[in-house]
Amino acid sequence: MTDTITHSAALANSLRSQPDDNGHFGAFGGRYVAETLMPLILELEKVYKAAKVDPEFHAEYAELLRSYVGRPNPLYYAQRLTEALRAKAEPGKGAKIYLKREELNHTGAHKINNCIGQALLARRMGKKKVIAETGAGQHGVATATVAALFGMECKIFMGAKDVERQKPNVFRMKLLGAEVIPVHSGSSTLKDSMNDALRYWVSNVHDTFYIIGTAAGPHPYPELVRDFQSIIGKEIRAQIMEAEGRLPDMLIAPVGGGSNAIGMFHPFLDDPEVAMIGVEAAGEGLDKKHAASLAGGASGILHGNRTYLLQDEDGQITEAHSISAGLDYPGIGPEHSWLHEIGRVKYLPIKDDEALESFQTLSRLEGIIPALESAHAVAAAEQVAPTLDADKIIVVNLSGRGDKDIFTVADALGVEM
Amino acid sequence: MDRLATRFAACKAQGRAALITFVTAGDPDVASTPAILDALVAGGADIIELGMPFTDPMADGPAIELANLRSLGSGTKTKDVFALAADFRARHPETPLILMGYANPMLARGSDWFADQCQAAGVDGVICVDIPPEEDAELGPALRAVGVHLVRLATPTTDAARLPAVLNGASGFLYHVAVAGITGKQQAAQANIEMAVDRLKAATDLPIAVGFGVRTPEQAAAIGRVADGVVVGSAIVDIVGSHGDAAAPFVQEFVASLSGALTTSIRETAA
Repeated sequence: MTDTITHSAALANSLRSQPDDNGHFGAFGGRYVAETLMPLILELEKVYKAAKVDPEFHAEYAELLRSYVGRPNPLYYAQRLTEALRAKAEPGKGAKIYLKREELNHTGAHKINNCIGQALLARRMGKKKVIAETGAGQHGVATATVAALFGMECKIFMGAKDVERQKPNVFRMKLLGAEVIPVHSGSSTLKDSMNDALRYWVSNVHDTFYIIGTAAGPHPYPELVRDFQSIIGKEIRAQIMEAEGRLPDMLIAPVGGGSNAIGMFHPFLDDPEVAMIGVEAAGEGLDKKHAASLAGGASGILHGNRTYLLQDEDGQITEAHSISAGLDYPGIGPEHSWLHEIGRVKYLPIKDDEALESFQTLSRLEGIIPALESAHAVAAAEQVAPTLDADKIIVVNLSGRGDKDIFTVADALGVEM
Repeated sequence: MDRLATRFAACKAQGRAALITFVTAGDPDVASTPAILDALVAGGADIIELGMPFTDPMADGPAIELANLRSLGSGTKTKDVFALAADFRARHPETPLILMGYANPMLARGSDWFADQCQAAGVDGVICVDIPPEEDAELGPALRAVGVHLVRLATPTTDAARLPAVLNGASGFLYHVAVAGITGKQQAAQANIEMAVDRLKAATDLPIAVGFGVRTPEQAAAIGRVADGVVVGSAIVDIVGSHGDAAAPFVQEFVASLSGALTTSIRETAA
């Protein structure tokens, strides 16, 4: 499959200069929000532009990442996983697999990189209240954490179904001082919690900042979330140069909204020798219930941006399904839609059962329990590595740790806890 | 003059604001909608807003959100919405009809397709909640090419610097969203509405309609004294929610009370 991952010289001079002034990544992105929100979005754009070129902003962000989040986190050579896959591969095959250890961040996932950046922006805008949507609760916990750190009032919108199946995270958010608001509308999952967060925001624009959890939503969110998450790719670049003296041959990351993936990919977009795979959740299979917006969706408009969505022929949004709550969303960040269309990144669907298998494999072989989201990326690496020569290098983004998923996994494996 | 301009002019000649009423197409089902639309007209509505149902109506409060879900739950399709519009046009050749909804259902088959359907069904205008002026290219040019109005929204957060952008490309009328919020919730202070309408009238010759949070004949009458149109949605949708397929007479009675209040308010003003 790697033969298909080639990049034509016809691509634009730089793939890292998106979005344009109106927030478009090719045909995707944009600002599709109610008029009430437009002035605030435009103000956020102005504030972010100023912050981007402000050394003090960068210094404060970098210091918090270092002393509070615990960055840089390691790039770890997964030797036993690599060797196990080589044992099954043809002689001379089996790429070397590195793991980017985002799960070692404070709060256990990449989400905090973005939350700290947005909280700094909220403070610059004089907002003392923050809201966020959450699915599994990881972004909710990260937002509640930074709200505590910055002394901000915090409300987390969470689908009633998710509140029920993610009780430990709900309690964590409450401990951190956040109010968790169960959302009963629609299908009571992530997309509905985003709807209700937007409803709350539009009613409280004067004093509230919306910390969106992924690289999606109206411009400038996809851009600023990507920029905050790009610390992942920047660190990988430096770390792999130190470890191997060269860039990796392939990057693999899971994609729900796609913030960890775009953060990993973006610093490498102009390096044609680095192939990239975004892993979508194929749920029970692409012909059944799934959450693979690129493989099984079409371009449309939802939650402030034009992007690929799961929808029917009338443009009604269809329900997503994945065993991983963090991937259980019927859309994807607009920059991924663009990278998919121009072919720079390949997107590969991985099913629930494949992710479950890799969840256990990585636990047993490396002593690392990955988040179910990250297990999708590990599964893709297990498929791809044996097809590559042994001197190739793959980096997998281990976006989060799997403690939160042990109940789900036990349930799927039929284990009583 | 087209239907919208004619109707606003007629109301103005009578010295009253136009009554604009909203219901969701296919709520509770497609079969019940024609009788409800007829009840709006019989009750005295001047302009009809027909909601296109969407799975994720994130600018709407619980009343209209539930209406969307009832409609989709009973199987309403986009083709049904246009069939309801075309039948309405045949029964009520003079009453302006506006489609209101969200971008994704409107653009699912492309803006040209949508605009052609609007024109063929006799739809006079479109309100799209989540296409701000910045994204006009998605829908505006296609509607203008077939002579269907794109009605723009101005809100309490639309400041003087931004208002020209909202007005550029607006036609039919200007919809003033009275509260920074979702449909059917808070009610705006009358003084704020009056200030906003004055500000908008100074900036445009388009008729100004005021909506969001208008639930009673008294509120409608008060707003009608300053605005060219008053929009009532959630309060009517609540009646449909309570009475389902038997809602038409209740809807008519309520709309008649709104319409009566708008007419009375002229007499009071005159007296």
